[in-house]
Amino acid sequence: MDAILFYFFWEAMLIPMYLCIGIWGGANRRYAAIKFFLYTFLGSVLMLAGLIYLGIHSGTFFIPAFYDLPLALPIQEWLFVAFFLAFAVKIPMWPVHTWLPDAHTEAPTGGSVVLAAVLLKVGAYGLLRFSLPVVPDASAVFAWPMIILSLIAIVCIGMVAMAQTDMKRLIAYSSIAHMGFVTLGIFVIYLLGHVDAARLGYEGGYLQMISHGFASAAMFIGFGMLYDRMKTRNISEYGGVATAMPVFSAFYLLFAMTNVALPGTSGFVGEFMVILSSLQANFWVAVIASLTLIIGATYTLLMFKRVFYGPIQHGTVEALQDVSVLERVILILLSLFVLGLGLMPDMLLQHIHASVDHLIDLSLAHKVGAIG
Amino acid sequence: MGIHEITLLTIFAPLLGAIVTGLACRVWSNQAAHSMTIGGVAVGLMSALYLAHWTLIAHPGFSDNWTLYTWASYGSSHFDVGFLLDGLSAIMLVVVTFVSLLVHIYSIGYMEEDPGYPRFFAYMSLFTFAMLCLVLGNNFLVLFFGWEGVGLVSYLLIGFWFKKDSAAEGSLKAFLVNRVGDFGFLIGIALLLSYVGSLDYAEVFTKAPALANLTISVIPGVVWSLPTLICLMLFIGAMGKSAQVPLHVWLPESMEGPTPISALIHAATMVTAGVYMVARMSPLFELSDVALTTVMLIGSTGALMMGLVGIVQHDIKRVIAYSTMSQLGYMMAANGVSAYALGIFHLTTHAFFKALLFLAAGSVIMGMHHDQDLRHMGNLKKYMPWTYAVFLIGTLALVALPPFAGYFSKDAIIEAVFLSTLPGAKYAYVCLVLGAFVTSFYSFRALFLAFHGKERMSTHQRDSLHESPWVVRVPLLLLALPSVIIGAVLVEPMVYSHAGFLSHGEITVLPNHDVMTTLHHHFDGVWHLVEIAPQGPAFWATLLGLGFAWIAYIKAPALPNQLAASCKVCYQVLVQKFGFDWFYQEVIVKFADSTSQVLYKRLDMGLIDGGIVNGSGRMVAYVAGLMRRLQTGYLYHYALIMLLGLVAMVTWFMLRHYHIG
Repeated sequence: MDAILFYFFWEAMLIPMYLCIGIWGGANRRYAAIKFFLYTFLGSVLMLAGLIYLGIHSGTFFIPAFYDLPLALPIQEWLFVAFFLAFAVKIPMWPVHTWLPDAHTEAPTGGSVVLAAVLLKVGAYGLLRFSLPVVPDASAVFAWPMIILSLIAIVCIGMVAMAQTDMKRLIAYSSIAHMGFVTLGIFVIYLLGHVDAARLGYEGGYLQMISHGFASAAMFIGFGMLYDRMKTRNISEYGGVATAMPVFSAFYLLFAMTNVALPGTSGFVGEFMVILSSLQANFWVAVIASLTLIIGATYTLLMFKRVFYGPIQHGTVEALQDVSVLERVILILLSLFVLGLGLMPDMLLQHIHASVDHLIDLSLAHKVGAIG
Repeated sequence: MGIHEITLLTIFAPLLGAIVTGLACRVWSNQAAHSMTIGGVAVGLMSALYLAHWTLIAHPGFSDNWTLYTWASYGSSHFDVGFLLDGLSAIMLVVVTFVSLLVHIYSIGYMEEDPGYPRFFAYMSLFTFAMLCLVLGNNFLVLFFGWEGVGLVSYLLIGFWFKKDSAAEGSLKAFLVNRVGDFGFLIGIALLLSYVGSLDYAEVFTKAPALANLTISVIPGVVWSLPTLICLMLFIGAMGKSAQVPLHVWLPESMEGPTPISALIHAATMVTAGVYMVARMSPLFELSDVALTTVMLIGSTGALMMGLVGIVQHDIKRVIAYSTMSQLGYMMAANGVSAYALGIFHLTTHAFFKALLFLAAGSVIMGMHHDQDLRHMGNLKKYMPWTYAVFLIGTLALVALPPFAGYFSKDAIIEAVFLSTLPGAKYAYVCLVLGAFVTSFYSFRALFLAFHGKERMSTHQRDSLHESPWVVRVPLLLLALPSVIIGAVLVEPMVYSHAGFLSHGEITVLPNHDVMTTLHHHFDGVWHLVEIAPQGPAFWATLLGLGFAWIAYIKAPALPNQLAASCKVCYQVLVQKFGFDWFYQEVIVKFADSTSQVLYKRLDMGLIDGGIVNGSGRMVAYVAGLMRRLQTGYLYHYALIMLLGLVAMVTWFMLRHYHIG
């Protein structure tokens, strides 16, 4: 709840990640690590300026105090841009996303998992905690551009994912596309007439964030198990893994299905809620967002087919050992999260209603009017 | 146990079987696997029969709409998981569980030597569960869950032999084409939520009449009626699932899966989900003549077109697959002219005789050592008399000769379309009558090629030809029986009775669409229906088809080749399946492929990453390089720059002073 601490730890996150990629990464690790660091660091510098401005004006760095601070619209807009750059890089939103595929491909499995499951979430968390409640009027002004960027992420990045030949890059791009639903759900609330629809979108975006944490972690951990055995990320060097590793393949199928948002898995809930809510805002936003049903299925299942189905073509695949007991435990835990959240999302949702309602009230408030 | 508990038992008994078998599939014996799953589905069938008896016979008009738990909530609204038991879902329940149970039993014989035996049974039970959710859901969420769930299992089962590239390819295609349908379906659901505020059927249908006059402008300047848009979107979903033109291309590829699956999923149950859905949504579809006309036209076009393609297929399973698409077209056409009860009735009869045909074809395939080519068969009736008998019954039911099951449903559909006043109904009628001829022709063609005529198989195949074991024959006989009688038994309660299964508000028909009332007037007992068969054109079209097939494949076997040679264009059009596959492959897939390449290489890697990101990196390096040159370390360089700076500053001050002064 203290802005200085927030900033401090925000930047502190970078260091272990930087070292993680730089030391244990793949062949091109230096480039990726530096790119990762500079990208995210440059984004954050302006946020510091914004925080200092807010701190000086409210006389404290207590975050809820920022919520009550009346701000004129132009100032709000500047603050929005400053915050947005920091958060957008982290989420990452199109077009400031290009560090992610490099960072993911070079990072070791553990690094990728932390990156996808945790690091990306702080960006969205920042939007929910800072941008919307602190500068609500500016957020409303920028809502349309944000929605358009989200749609570009969903559709274009989804298409880009189809063109990937590197398994980790594919998962990375699919992460960006999925995070598009988070930002879409968050910003669509400004286009909605009544607050219930806004809650639907907002909670959908939130749930998508949580679900993506598990789903992308599952995708990366699962792939890590393959990579440990095969030492290659190249999709074309696989093929027929389902024959060699049947148990593993069954789990991976479940994770792939979360990725294509099949009802009953966690990936469905957020996308469903965001699409339903965005249609109430604008027909075409929902239509474009729904294209993910086709695009997401295409890149995920095409990958699944190339890696798991078909005859075994490489001796390396033939020699694969199925998952060990420890690996099984990990996969089972992830599956439980994926299914539990998919079948009973209300277990989670009922606990966030109160805070979501509060944040939505703040986010939809008009600060400009308060200045009078 | 109350009705709720029995409903849950129906749904979850197959799921339990699937989960236990799925988890144990690597340690259990084949016998344990099939006992577990068959047990689950048998419990499902028992309770489904009980529910059907309760709903349809003991308490006609019974309807039970309840919520199991809250799936998600937001603000003052919530989405629930709940179920609706009424006449419509009761009929579907029995069809699904009955066919599923028989296919399970049949698979004991058919899959005997397959290493994936337990997995196969687990998938089939999982499918049964998803399908039951689909038909029992009381809201769009559960419907969509079942809808995508059956799609997933269909994907898994088409790709069951995933080592084969064609199977992997076919499963992918099935999933993606279905996803195109689901895309429309989801938009339809979202539209309903935004205008009705709920996903529950009961609430949607109560508020539906209020939507009738609403309009929506999705493209500026073009005003659409809201019900039309909603129904068309929902119907896109039905087109995907029920393999309607032009989203039908996945169904022939689905034949890569094991034959029992083709019978259960791709003939009897899953592909009829779209027909069920449109009938369930009748209160919505009734509001839009445009949507109904679309349903009718697409259905009847498919009925004829797919039948025509069926004529040139050589694979016995593909002939039946095209026949399925054609029959689904009939069901949709029935829905289109608001004869929903007929659509469901044909769905029911079709489920039995088409499952029978597929399973009989499976028996042939087993006998032929997994050779499915009709050109390699011939005179099989000598070797497989049982299979021949049931295949013949299935064929007679399919071509709708009285008194077999298909007659009662199909003939009435043709009649209903004839009576319809929708624009284009005449065209639909012609399609359906021609379709009857085509159906008869390709069905008897397959029958004659496989079971009659010369023996064209290799000597090796002939020596090992055998009739299938009892575990295969019993399900065939159990399906043959309803294929004969179910039409005569059910026609009155399902279609022609005012106190029938579907006349208690399960479906809604507005007075101006009511073709069924006229049909009711003609009805004078079941036997009378059989008597008046020769009065309709469909009966003669069928006989004509039979005659043509007899001439072409028994009397003068050289004729088909001559015909194909004399009209190369027609033949090629049929062999190319009217070019849909070509279009999707060459235009859509290539377009998506190249777009994704361009977006990746040019936009993402080229412009954004290469240009802007690394470009700014290079820019920093470049500017730094320039700056470095300044730091030369030579005193006279610094002195010169100081001097220049001094001159510039003095000049600037002077000029400014001059101007101001």
